[in-house]
Amino acid sequence: MGSRKLLLEKAHVEGIRGYDVYRREGGYRSVEKALKTMSPDQVTEEVKKSGLRGRGGAGFPTGMKWSFLAKPEGVPRYLVCNADESEPGTFKDRYLMEFLPHLLIEGLIVSSYALGSKSTYIYIRGEYAWIPDILEQAIAEAKNNGWLGKNILGTGFDCEIYVHRGAGAYICGEETALIESLEGKRGNPRIKPPFPAVRGVWDCPTVVNNVETLAAVVPIINEGGEAYSKIGVGKSTGTKLISACGNINKPGVFEIDMTISVEEFIYSDEYCGGIPNGKRLKACIPGGSSVPILPANLLLKTAKGETRIMNYESLSDGGFAKGSMMGSGGFIVLDEDQCVVRNTLTLARFYRHESCGQCSPCREGTGWMEKILKNIEYGKGKSSDIDLLWDIQRKIEGNTICPLGDAAAWPVAAAIRHFRDEFEWHVANPVESQHRNFGLAHYADPLEVATA
Amino acid sequence: MIKFSDEKLKKVDEIVARYPQGKQKSALLPVLHLAQEEFGGWLSPETMDYVASLLKLEPIEVYEVATFYSMYNLKPVGRYMFEVCQTGPCMLRGSDQIIDYIKQKLSIGVGETTADGMFTLKTVECLGACGYAPMMQLGKYFREHLTPEKVDAIIEECRKNAAANN
Repeated sequence: MGSRKLLLEKAHVEGIRGYDVYRREGGYRSVEKALKTMSPDQVTEEVKKSGLRGRGGAGFPTGMKWSFLAKPEGVPRYLVCNADESEPGTFKDRYLMEFLPHLLIEGLIVSSYALGSKSTYIYIRGEYAWIPDILEQAIAEAKNNGWLGKNILGTGFDCEIYVHRGAGAYICGEETALIESLEGKRGNPRIKPPFPAVRGVWDCPTVVNNVETLAAVVPIINEGGEAYSKIGVGKSTGTKLISACGNINKPGVFEIDMTISVEEFIYSDEYCGGIPNGKRLKACIPGGSSVPILPANLLLKTAKGETRIMNYESLSDGGFAKGSMMGSGGFIVLDEDQCVVRNTLTLARFYRHESCGQCSPCREGTGWMEKILKNIEYGKGKSSDIDLLWDIQRKIEGNTICPLGDAAAWPVAAAIRHFRDEFEWHVANPVESQHRNFGLAHYADPLEVATA
Repeated sequence: MIKFSDEKLKKVDEIVARYPQGKQKSALLPVLHLAQEEFGGWLSPETMDYVASLLKLEPIEVYEVATFYSMYNLKPVGRYMFEVCQTGPCMLRGSDQIIDYIKQKLSIGVGETTADGMFTLKTVECLGACGYAPMMQLGKYFREHLTPEKVDAIIEECRKNAAANN
């Protein structure tokens, strides 16, 4: 269990990046099956049955999102692939696009068919500057072999895929900001409703899905939605790519079937391979920088004392007080030598840098949080600063157009909630804190110690 | 006056053709990338005005976009720009030390360019290489698993390339 591979199974086959090897290994079967034997609605139905949830971070059911797409007569509809992967700790989509570009193209063709998108766009973050070449080559190969273009497989379905490169803005991972950016504007998120499914890019109905989500459509069509839904547990169906980083022996991208424990994921040689230099685990941000950080004791077991599992339900067990989130699958591990204040400062700086500036609570609040955290980290903090920080994050959360505000507030809130004594130690020891870190404290102790 | 070569103008047409008719504004981000590559690694007001005229936009539509996205340089930069990530996951793996090392090695601060115009040091936020930290972007590619020795080698490599291309 745990190691079932649907997406990365062929990642290490030599030459899999090229069309011939990909096709020989069974590639593009799902396009044949969908276009020749299924109606677009049947494809959507299979995706619904699979229980697939959006892999970008929000975890919204993909089939349901597809079924919301408005289909007025004579108006084009668009599928846009969100390859703006920018959540700190997350680098799984990059891996898929770099090593298995045809898997994404295959998923895009089937999904475009289901949604009726004749022009499909891949919006890729600007910094992944070498990947558009890889994708464009895969698109050209697919087209030369009749999988794209006019009248695909003689079915009358036309489809083109284009790559659109962003230019450095985390906010463009938010779907309405992404749409604005695709229209050649600043990445300012739109007020919803109207939702993109009704009025998206160029005012036309639009579906925006993450790279991994669209790649997962391939095994769903090949194996059937029901078979896919049987992998995993509960509402965490199928497999999930986890990108693991921080203080671990084997950082990288792993495909898991959402039944393995967090402890096994960190310590098993098959995955992260444990923590280097015999250090102990202090904390972990299990789903990308926006999700709450958890101390070791709450990470490995839930507040109820059950083993915590790498899936949507288990990671969020206990709510924000005692749990976290699956998010984008960006798994960041901190060992006993790391400073939670400094880590929180770098994240606060990130969100200040990436705030689009539309909403005052986020524009102003992220700057305040960075400034206060900087004071605390560099020995200039006051004891009232910790409460002030808490107060600011509360005033950002829920008060902005898009979720960036929440994403900026949560890491600060969770750091104070679980590591308040470390913040207090910084304030009380402004000199000592400049040349040594707080250390592990009680964060790895049994559960009863750190709750609240 | 600046102007794209015929070959680049063909590329611009190709980019515009990806979007529906009348939606040529969508080509703005890709065309700005192209302009930055072509015209000295940054977007001067003249370059932005030229892009506006190519895409039939008001200059302000270009300025507001160019100032929003972090990859567009609004002032001249060195021939080689070291964009070192400093966000959490890279910090956990020693990015602060790498930044300090580059500062000392090149005798410049963050945001500064060496006197010979060769190197610019910039700190950036998460570039999506957290598992291969610490890292920097150098032109089109990422340089990962950085150590002081690797930084030395990269600097050497840049100097050699510059000498070979002069």
